[in-house]
Amino acid sequence: MNPDPGAARPDLNQEKSLLSRIWQHRALYIAISPFYLLFAVFGLFPIGFSLYLAFHKWDGIGVMTYNGLNNFKYLLSDVEFWQAVGNTFMIWIYSTIPMLFFALIIAFLLHAPFVKFKTLFRVGYFLPNVTSIVAVAIIFGALFANNYGFLNYLLQSVGLPVVEWLNAPWGIKVAISSMVVWRWTGYNAVIYLAGLQSIPNTLYEAAKIDGASAIQSFFRITIPMLRPVILFTVITSTIGGMQLFTEPQILVGNDGGAGAAGMTIVLYLYRESFINNYFGYGAAVGWGMFLIIALFSIVNWKLVQGKSS
Amino acid sequence: MTSRSLKSVVLYIGLIGGMIISMFPFYWLIVMSTRTTSDIYTFPPKLWFGGEMWSNITRVLQQIDFWGAFLNTLFVAGMVTILVLFFDSLAGFAFAKFEFPGKKWLFVLLIATMMVPSQLSLVPSFVLMATFGWVGSFKALIIPGMVNAFGIFWIRQYATESIPNDLLDAGRIDGCNFFRLYWNVALPILRPAFAFLGAFTFIGVWNDYLWPLIVLTDERKYTLQIALSQLNGLYNTDYAMVIAGTLLAVIPLIIMFLFISRQFISDIAAGAVKD
Repeated sequence: MNPDPGAARPDLNQEKSLLSRIWQHRALYIAISPFYLLFAVFGLFPIGFSLYLAFHKWDGIGVMTYNGLNNFKYLLSDVEFWQAVGNTFMIWIYSTIPMLFFALIIAFLLHAPFVKFKTLFRVGYFLPNVTSIVAVAIIFGALFANNYGFLNYLLQSVGLPVVEWLNAPWGIKVAISSMVVWRWTGYNAVIYLAGLQSIPNTLYEAAKIDGASAIQSFFRITIPMLRPVILFTVITSTIGGMQLFTEPQILVGNDGGAGAAGMTIVLYLYRESFINNYFGYGAAVGWGMFLIIALFSIVNWKLVQGKSS
Repeated sequence: MTSRSLKSVVLYIGLIGGMIISMFPFYWLIVMSTRTTSDIYTFPPKLWFGGEMWSNITRVLQQIDFWGAFLNTLFVAGMVTILVLFFDSLAGFAFAKFEFPGKKWLFVLLIATMMVPSQLSLVPSFVLMATFGWVGSFKALIIPGMVNAFGIFWIRQYATESIPNDLLDAGRIDGCNFFRLYWNVALPILRPAFAFLGAFTFIGVWNDYLWPLIVLTDERKYTLQIALSQLNGLYNTDYAMVIAGTLLAVIPLIIMFLFISRQFISDIAAGAVKD
């Protein structure tokens, strides 16, 4: 009995050359080759080329001129870029914390054994995730509108002053963040729910026999067992949060709205590259973004892992 | 007993409250699409349906080539989905069930490619498309997306567990080569995995915005999301029409999702928890 049919027959030609073994398996290489060919052309080559571009000055049409480290030097002192970095982080914080908090609560409620219509709730919470971001941004534009928005109606009807959401720097960030929260809370809740369901019941029963309270078993069993799942959601929402583009672009336009408060890193990259045609600088912004995401992901990973150990 | 029923009341209030927040934007989208623009610009907002939906939709169809954009999106998303299913399952099956020199190393490389953020190569990818003469063509949307690492990974996981080795051995004795094994043995077994990967890919392409925004230059080639953003930018004054267009663009996807939602959600959850 051989577990692997590819190696099923005893290999009588052990000493066959590597080349002939590759030739023998050519069908398999053909089967996997589309991915590698495509990645070489549309993944690897553009990355190398973007590094080359980042050292050049180019408007996409004229001559490419060597620019040395100037693009990167400019990037370091570019107030707009660093504002975009700051905005992206603020929006990430405004969105990720409530999103994961609400997701955890929803998952706990849905996990209760006597809840009925579980599927209905899951579908209802998940539905915003399927909707296109362009549509979401248009709807939320109406919800947060300065003068006639639904949120201002709510504020007024409880006797609070109206807020010019889309004219205030923090208001723009709240509007963008709430789109992210609305779209992704259900998704994360579904993932937490699956995590909760994978914790064996015997653990809780054993804790109960040992006299543990509900709160103790929550912090000693549920949270540690959920750790990998929480880590997964933190990492995915970090990557997603760093790449925000459509929400601010539709809501406040290419310039990021009032005070450029909605200017995110990718929106800035898009504007510099494709609106202003600074292709070389756009490539440098891309590398800056890549470094920031990488650093941030590492710090994040360490924090989430370290906190519970 | 009373403490338990109190608990369940609190629980249902929480769940239903969350559900109302989750569903409200959809409800309001429908309400606004049945109103006139001046209704939308009144305070307090109208929260019940009006009778203008048909005239709003008519104006959408006059202002933009909605059905053209709809068919463009359907074509691009359909093509990408079919190609992804074919190429990803072929590669996933090869990785799951066969040994060949360099397999481990190639698979690690495949996983590593998933960590590269696509925005990094946005500018050069556009330059590449311009060099190929693909700017403004559906090729720019379809060809770079027609096979992906996530799908290969997903199919490999599924194939490893679900395709019995005995069946492959039997096929081999009957003289099947790799491609016959793929077509006659693997494909029928992989079908349930196709449902998820297909829906996931289709929804992703349908909602894609940044890349089409960059490479689609010809109005007749616009996908729904681009057409919708144009509607939002150009005809700001006729807001009821923009909203009606948004509704039209959202409905097909929601209907599709509702049909497959149960399995789709379970598969998403399973994929995340397994890691």
